[in-house]
Amino acid sequence: MYTEKVMDHFQNPRNMGEVEGANGVGMVGNAKCGDIMQMFLKINDDGIIEDVGFKTFGCGAAVATSSMATELIKGKSVDEALKLTNSAVVEALEGLPPAKLHCSVLAEEAVKAAIDNYHARKEGRTDEECNCVSCGHDHEHEHGEAEE
Amino acid sequence: MKRVYMDNAATTALNKEVLEAMMPYLTDIYGNPSSLHTFGQRAHTAVENARHQVALALGADDKEIIFTGCGTESDNMVLLGIAERYKTKGRHIITTAVEHHAVLYTAQRLEKMGYEVTYLPVDEYGRVSAEQVAEAIRPDTILVSVMFANNEVGTIMPIKRIGAVCREKGVFFHTDAVQAVGHIAIDVNEMNIDLLSLSAHKFHGPKGVGALYVKKGIVVPALLTGGAQERNKRAGTENVAGIVGLGKAIELACAKIEETGERMTRLRDRLIDGIASAIPEVKLNGHRFERLPGNVNYSIKYIEGESILLMLDLNGIAASSGSACTSGSLDPSHVLLAMGIPHEIAHGSLRLTLGDDTTDEDVDYVLETLPKVVEKLRKMSPLYKG
Repeated sequence: MYTEKVMDHFQNPRNMGEVEGANGVGMVGNAKCGDIMQMFLKINDDGIIEDVGFKTFGCGAAVATSSMATELIKGKSVDEALKLTNSAVVEALEGLPPAKLHCSVLAEEAVKAAIDNYHARKEGRTDEECNCVSCGHDHEHEHGEAEE
Repeated sequence: MKRVYMDNAATTALNKEVLEAMMPYLTDIYGNPSSLHTFGQRAHTAVENARHQVALALGADDKEIIFTGCGTESDNMVLLGIAERYKTKGRHIITTAVEHHAVLYTAQRLEKMGYEVTYLPVDEYGRVSAEQVAEAIRPDTILVSVMFANNEVGTIMPIKRIGAVCREKGVFFHTDAVQAVGHIAIDVNEMNIDLLSLSAHKFHGPKGVGALYVKKGIVVPALLTGGAQERNKRAGTENVAGIVGLGKAIELACAKIEETGERMTRLRDRLIDGIASAIPEVKLNGHRFERLPGNVNYSIKYIEGESILLMLDLNGIAASSGSACTSGSLDPSHVLLAMGIPHEIAHGSLRLTLGDDTTDEDVDYVLETLPKVVEKLRKMSPLYKG
């Protein structure tokens, strides 16, 4: 069902975990839908992503797409990272089953959410924007807090 | 790598004795049971012998058994057939929210055809009560269909009491017993069952063969037409080897049903208690005692089911989950949701189902491996703060 590349990233996720001194953090998805991705970026004064990390609650494809997304943006400029598309993630993983394509969309949006947060912090904005991706469910988004 | 198969609710390994019983019918005895000649008659005798084995196992009469292609076909035959045959009496059917899709989707199909279906809600363990059924029965109700035991959480329904209610009200009672036959002793008369579906590969028989018990006097029209097989109830040349395998498998399973049940219950309870003590923040789904001897179903908080399955598989363990990612839709298992389990917890469900061949070593291996898998995935999860 999954390509070797996907299984590799699932088994040996790259850049997994929080990043110390991260100055851009974004979280997308929803526990009710079964996937949440959190992206941590450490961006230097030149606007280069020096370090990146992720945490993901989700299926094999969700873990693999997050892992691959971190690989694709590490060392890139913020502007370049913003150009990351879900199809680039899918291509790098040598394909995903059609039912799992939404995971790659989530990965793209997690990167964008983290960059948004970086800009917000830089500009001194305090209002946290909702970066949740609609999954078609009619429910409250809880930003990753699991309910009892 | 050690391989442990704990997905026996999906399918079981074919018993070697069953295979031996089938072999002649895959080789030398290839006649068509409908043929007059000796080749055909030997096959015919084998089919009738298997029919007797199935009837004996259920406390039924030989003439009350119809061989089908699978449990799903048996379920379809009952719902569509009873609806068609008894529509002049009424167009109302009662079933439950936690049925297998073979019943649920067929009921939905009937709704589109103008029938009315009541889907009884279940309690937190996945059970409906006989009282619920009694209250739902109307003058135009023609069928009640309640599964014997749930395929996901293993919960056993109060079949005998539901059957008694249906009998009292004069409504046919069908039970999808695909998960129960061969694992729990069943007597259709004692349990007030009018119609029962079963499938061979759930108790170490072959795939591609099932059966339907139809109590004498009830008419279930054929789903497949085109031949006089199965007393005109199921056209198509019989799957002779499969039918022989079904007969042998049910005979073997029922001969030692109590002994196997006790052994599996002990292994099941080792798993249930072992997981509860080794992994924090887990919840057993289904009833602690009113469950199939071989079923364990846990929700493991903060992680997702497909990831658990993939990582268990990488460690040689075959299991199953009710997560959305394994159901092929956005929603997790309809069974867990009907039991009132929140989406996010339902996504993290893990089903381990035991078989005749499951050993204490297998249980040890799962209890040793699963906590490591959970820990690894929880470390990745943004929801886990532990």
